[in-house]
Amino acid sequence: MQKRAIFGGKTLPYLLLLPQLFVVGVFFYWPASQAVWQSFLLEDAFGLNTSFVWFENYKELFADAGYYRTMLTTGVFAIMVAGLSLSLALLLAVQADKSIHGAGVYKTLLIWPYAVAPAVAGVLWIFMFQPSLGVIAHAMRNFGIDWNPLLNGNDALLLVVMASTWKQISYNFLFFLAGLQSIPRAVIEAAAIDGASRTRRFWTIILPLLSPTVFFLVVVNIVYVFFDTFGIIDAMTQGGPSKATETLVYKVFFDGRLGGNLGSSAAQSVILMVMVVALTAVQFRFIERKVAY
Amino acid sequence: MVEHRGWSRYIPYLVLSLGVAIVAFPVYLCFVGSTHPQDVIANGNMPITPGPLFFETYYKTLFVGSSGSTREPVSTMLLNSFIMASMIAIGKIAISIISAYSVVYFKFPFRMAAFWLIFVTLMLPVEVRIYPTYKIASDLHLLDSYAGLTIPLIASATATLFFRQFFLTIPDELVEASKLDGAGPLRFFWDTVLPLSRTNIAALFVILFIYGWNQYLWPILITTRDDMQTIVIGIKKMIVTADALTEWNVVLATAMLAMLPPVMVVILMQRWFVKGLVETEK
Repeated sequence: MQKRAIFGGKTLPYLLLLPQLFVVGVFFYWPASQAVWQSFLLEDAFGLNTSFVWFENYKELFADAGYYRTMLTTGVFAIMVAGLSLSLALLLAVQADKSIHGAGVYKTLLIWPYAVAPAVAGVLWIFMFQPSLGVIAHAMRNFGIDWNPLLNGNDALLLVVMASTWKQISYNFLFFLAGLQSIPRAVIEAAAIDGASRTRRFWTIILPLLSPTVFFLVVVNIVYVFFDTFGIIDAMTQGGPSKATETLVYKVFFDGRLGGNLGSSAAQSVILMVMVVALTAVQFRFIERKVAY
Repeated sequence: MVEHRGWSRYIPYLVLSLGVAIVAFPVYLCFVGSTHPQDVIANGNMPITPGPLFFETYYKTLFVGSSGSTREPVSTMLLNSFIMASMIAIGKIAISIISAYSVVYFKFPFRMAAFWLIFVTLMLPVEVRIYPTYKIASDLHLLDSYAGLTIPLIASATATLFFRQFFLTIPDELVEASKLDGAGPLRFFWDTVLPLSRTNIAALFVILFIYGWNQYLWPILITTRDDMQTIVIGIKKMIVTADALTEWNVVLATAMLAMLPPVMVVILMQRWFVKGLVETEK
């Protein structure tokens, strides 16, 4: 905000800010503070009595093995989706960055899944892998693979990971391609003249120069798994079987549903907010460093 | 780039074609399913080539609705999705562009405070404060209304930051010239800033339209009436009923229709889409 030429004005700047501050105040700060307040309250089963219980909801949460399991599921889910979608996207981006015919067409054909709603992606994948009617599930059974995401937790998690990865490849691909195209050709050609092989050039020059993009994408992919996969999970498994695909956000939704356990749900919301703020802070420090280059 | 000899020059084509095939396969299968009769899909032996019922299924899906329930036809849902996505995109752009203009071009007390108040919302989506937001929306009588469907989703800072970044690149000389010509802040905004922002607005619109169209958790909570449903939550509700009763052909046709508008937006407005995606950095 280092503009030299600026306007004066006593009320106009506030008027221009008002609509956004109003919306943010009513639908962000108010509910967020309500979540914090509610996380200190305990409501009885009928919602008639509420009492202030300090950190009871948090204590209960951290004494609950189920909560750790959900954290673990979310972690495994995030690592798998980030790992898979980043490596596949990088592979595709490296190929698309070579001087080939029709690069633009390939690019178009690879980026559209970004626009598919998570819940719809879930429907597409459950349709392929549903044990009784899925085309691929049938093929797997013919090969003798025991597959049932409706009963087996690991199968279910794998299915959710596949659908989430499928949707995220396009985003990662676009950023990797942009990153690759910003690497000066001269550097790579110089290495080639020095006799560095294709593989060596990739590991010692391209990947290090791409590391800011990789870091940025890792954070974005984690946030994606945290929040945007809600629709995928709800359409495919509803967190089941027996909570094998329940992520932190899904648990917030599930525990608070129909006024179930609002205190615990609110405490979970607060923990999630803290986690996301921490992630944002990490990312922001990193962006500042990138600017300094 | 450097060496182009032997069979290895075909590797990129092979890898990319394989990638495209894998990415497209689920959608192809969805389309195939939407053209077969329900019982062929249900017995699990669906062929992988399109069937005979393309027009029947899509007509039924769009204008009649699935038979087993009292669901609305999908054309209503499409309209709702379209209204919601447009309102979110336009609303967010409108409130963000003026607030960004205010923090960049004015000097006033609490300017940084206002900026930080908006900035903090950057990465906290509605999902983390879902029930309190629902409670507030219901206290304000916003359930089953377009306002309730859209305004809470407008409360975030991405667009504000995006415009702020852009405004900072507008040369100061333009403001000085306008001032010499006697233009006030509103005149300058209308005559200079807004026209300069055209491509940025287009890029942001594409991204926000897709974001709005694909919303799921919030619409599921805030809408109770069938005629307020969006297409994305409509699909989900079609599968909830007992497995055997799911009309998969209608579900798949609905999925195709739900994908079509945002995917077309990405393909037809690719340049703006890429710009919007890369520059808002989510």
